[in-house]
Amino acid sequence: MEIFRAHVLVCGGTGCTSGGSPRIKALLEEELAKNGLEKEVNLVVTGCHGLCEMGPLVIVYPEGTMYVHVQPEDVSDIVSEHLLKGRIVERLLYKEPVTAERVPHYGDLPFYHKQERLVLRNCGYINPEVIEEYIGRDGYAALAKALAEMTPDEVIQEVLDAGLRGRGGAGFPTGLKWNFCRKAKGEPKYIVCNGDEGDPGAFMDRSILEGDPHRVLEGMAIGAYAIGASKAVIYVRAEYPLAVRRLHLAVKKAEEMGLLGDNILGTDFSLHIDIKEGAGAFVCGEETALLASIMGQRGMPWPRPPFPAVSGLWGKPTNINNVETWANIPDIILRGADWFASMGTEKCKGTKVFALTGNVQNTGLVEVPMGISMREIIYDIGGGVPNGKKFKAVQIGGPSGGCLPESQLDLGVDYESLTGAGAIMGSGGLVVMDEDTCIVDVARFFLSFTRAESCGKCTPCREGIMRMLEILDRISAGEGRMEDLDLLEKTAHIIQDTSLCGLGQTAPNPILSTLRYFRDEYVAHIKDQRCPAGVCTALLTYYIKPELCRGCTACTKVCPTGAITGERKAVHVIDPEKCIKCGACAERCPFDAIVQA
Amino acid sequence: MCECGNDKAKVSELDAILARHRGEQGSLIPVLQEVQAAQGYISREAIEAVSAALKIPATEIYGVATFYAQFHLTPRGRHVVRVCQGTACHVRGAAKILEAMQKELGIGPGETTEDLRFTLEPVACLGCCGLAPVMMINENTHGRLTPDGIADILAQYE
Ligand SMILES: Cc1cc2nc3c(=O)[nH]c(=O)nc-3n(C[C@H](O)[C@H](O)[C@H](O)COP(=O)(O)O)c2cc1C
Ligand code: SF4
Ligand code: SF4
Ligand code: FES
Ligand code: FES
Repeated sequence: MEIFRAHVLVCGGTGCTSGGSPRIKALLEEELAKNGLEKEVNLVVTGCHGLCEMGPLVIVYPEGTMYVHVQPEDVSDIVSEHLLKGRIVERLLYKEPVTAERVPHYGDLPFYHKQERLVLRNCGYINPEVIEEYIGRDGYAALAKALAEMTPDEVIQEVLDAGLRGRGGAGFPTGLKWNFCRKAKGEPKYIVCNGDEGDPGAFMDRSILEGDPHRVLEGMAIGAYAIGASKAVIYVRAEYPLAVRRLHLAVKKAEEMGLLGDNILGTDFSLHIDIKEGAGAFVCGEETALLASIMGQRGMPWPRPPFPAVSGLWGKPTNINNVETWANIPDIILRGADWFASMGTEKCKGTKVFALTGNVQNTGLVEVPMGISMREIIYDIGGGVPNGKKFKAVQIGGPSGGCLPESQLDLGVDYESLTGAGAIMGSGGLVVMDEDTCIVDVARFFLSFTRAESCGKCTPCREGIMRMLEILDRISAGEGRMEDLDLLEKTAHIIQDTSLCGLGQTAPNPILSTLRYFRDEYVAHIKDQRCPAGVCTALLTYYIKPELCRGCTACTKVCPTGAITGERKAVHVIDPEKCIKCGACAERCPFDAIVQA
Repeated sequence: MCECGNDKAKVSELDAILARHRGEQGSLIPVLQEVQAAQGYISREAIEAVSAALKIPATEIYGVATFYAQFHLTPRGRHVVRVCQGTACHVRGAAKILEAMQKELGIGPGETTEDLRFTLEPVACLGCCGLAPVMMINENTHGRLTPDGIADILAQYE
C-alpha cells in the first residue's frame, strides 16, 4: 500500500459539483503532477460535508484545513503554498460571519460545534465510490458481527433497546416494525428503503445516499437478516441521478466482495437488492403508495390494514424504512444499544439530520442530538439570519409541517414536542424565513404544493385543499373576509380527520400553525388591506417619492398601462387605478424614486 | 408526415427495451422510463406496443403515465430546464427566476420552444437547497441563480 504524506479531499456532492468541483479536481490533478507530487499526495473525491453554501470545498489533511469557494485560479496556490511549502492559504479559509475571523480547521467551525455526526460520519471523508474506504472506517463490521454472533431476534432486541424510531417522519419504533414483519407469514419477505424524499427543502437522504451509500446497504443487510427477508428494493428519486449511479455501483461492489448477494460472508443468508427510480410523485413517499409504484401502478395509497408488514409487495410481508433509519443500524449493532440510547431525550434517542435552508447564514446539512433546541440549530449552527434581517418563522417538516415563530424556538426537537407545537418532524427540512416573508403567501405556497400532489383518491384531500387554497388566494388578493379565517380552520380540521393518508391528514398544518401564531398577519391582509411583508402584489401600491423624482420620464416609457404621467423635469405621479403593479417602473427608475407602500 | 425509416428504428429500440424486462414483475414504470429516455417522450405507438408486450391495457398504461410528473406524452426539447419552485428556493426568490426564464424562452411552464431546443418545467425540489435558487438543465445543476444570469447559462446549451 502506498503511503501518502497528505490527502486532499475535493467535495463531489451535488452542491459543490454544480459550483465547479470537477474542474477543481482536474486542475489539482494536473498541478500535483506538474510538481511531481502525485505519489506523495492523495486526491480523493468525497460526498457532501453539509456546508454546500461554501462550496466548492477542498480539505487538506493531515492538518484538516478547509478551503471554501475554491475557484480554478486558486488551485495553484493550494498546491504551491500549502502542499509544497506548508503555508496555509489564508484568503481561502472560512470567514466567521460575525467576528470576520478566518477559521483554519475543519473541526473548529462553529457550524460543526454542536453537531453530533454519526450518520453523516463518513460523508465528506471517504470516497463513496470506493468500498475499501468504507470498510476502512469499520464498514460492514456490524454486518459481520450480526451474522457471526447474533441471532435475528437478538438483532431486533438490540434495535428495540436502542430506542431507534423511524426517521421518515412518523417516528414509529423501528424494532417493533421489524418484529411485525419477522412474525408475519409468507415467503419471500421484502425490505424496502424509502429514498423518495419529496419534501421541497430537504436533501438529507440524498446526501447520505451520495456520500456514504454502503452505510445504507449495510443497514439493509442487517435488517434483512433480522427480519428474514431475501429481497430488497431501494426506491430513489430519479431527480437524484448521482445517488442512483452510486447506489448501482455500491451494490455491484458489495456483491463482488460477498457482502451482498448469495451466501453473504460465507453464511446461508442471501440478499438481493434492486434499485427502482421514482417517477416524480410526492405521495409515493407514503409507504403504501410507494409499494403500488414499485409494482408498476399509479402511486395511490391503500387503506391500512393490511399493513405492509403483513401484505406488502406482491402481497408478501414487507418492511419499509427511511434511508436515514437504515443508516443508523450499523452503528447500533457495532457499538450497542446503550451507546445509542445515551444520546437524545427520554423518548427520542440518537441524532437527527436536518436540512437547514432558507434565510439563514449557513445553509446545509446538520446532524444534531434529538432534543436540541431550534434556537441552537438556527443561531449557533446556522449562524442566524443574514443581511441584518429579523427572524420571522421556521418551517419544519416539509409542505405539511408547521410554521413556528420566535416564541417557540426554545422547543427541543423531537417528534412529540413538534407535534404539540403544531408542526411535525417530517423528514427534517428546516426552512428559515426572515421578515420579508409573507405568512399568507407561505401558507399559499405549501397548499399549492399539496394540492398539486394530492393523488385525488379521497374527496376531503382533493377538494378540501383546493377550497382552502381558493380562500387564501382571495385573502392575498385583498378580497378576504373575516369569516374566512373560521372557515379555513373548520375545513382544515375536516381534512385532517377524514383523509386516508398522511398527505391529506397533514396538509392543513401550514394553515393551522400560521393561524395559530400569525393570525395578525391574516387580519392585516383582510381588514387593513395591507401585506406587512410587502409580498402580496394585489395589496401593494407603487408610488413616486416627489423629493427623489427628477422627471427623467424613464418610468413612463416602461409602464405597460400608461399609468404614469408628468412633464419632463417635473415630478411624475402614478395613477393607482391604471397601475397593474408590475414593478417595471421601480426597476427602471435611476434615482430609486419609485417605491412600494 | 412520413417517418417509415424512422419508425423501424423506433420499433427495434422498443423491442430491445421490452426484451430486457421480459418476465420482470412490476416492470411497467422502468419500461416507460427507458422508452422516454430513448425516444424523448412516450408516444401513442409506444403505449400500444408496451400494452401488447406486457399484456396491460393501454388505458391503464395511460393512467400510470399521466399520474407521474416524470412522463410526457408529447415531444420535448433537447434540453429540459427544471426550475426549482421548492420551499427553500421560494424564500430565496425562485418565482422571479421562473418568470425571467419564461420571458427569456418565450414559453410557459410545461411548454417546449418551437425549435425543440428547450422544455421548461417547474419542479418542487432538486435536493440542493443550499444553493437556492436552483435549476437543473438536463443533469447539470446550476445554483445561486439571479434573473440576470439566466441568458448566459442558457447559451451553454445549443
Ligand atoms: C405524503 C407522505 C410522504 C412521505 N414521504 C416520505 C419520504 O419522502 N421519505 C420517507 O422515508 N418517508 C416518507 N413518508 C413516510 C412513509 O410513509 C413511511 O412512514 C416511512 O418510510 C417509514 O420509514 P421509517 O419508519 O424508517 O420512518 C411519507 C409519508 C407521507 C404520508
Ligand atoms: S389523503 Fe390525499 S393523497 Fe392521501 S390518499 Fe387521500 S387523496 Fe390521496
Ligand atoms: S408598477 Fe407597472 S403598471 Fe404600475 S406604474 Fe409602475 S410600470 Fe406602470
Ligand atoms: S456538496 Fe459539497 S458540501 Fe455539500
Ligand atoms: S427547494 Fe429548491 S432545491 Fe430544494
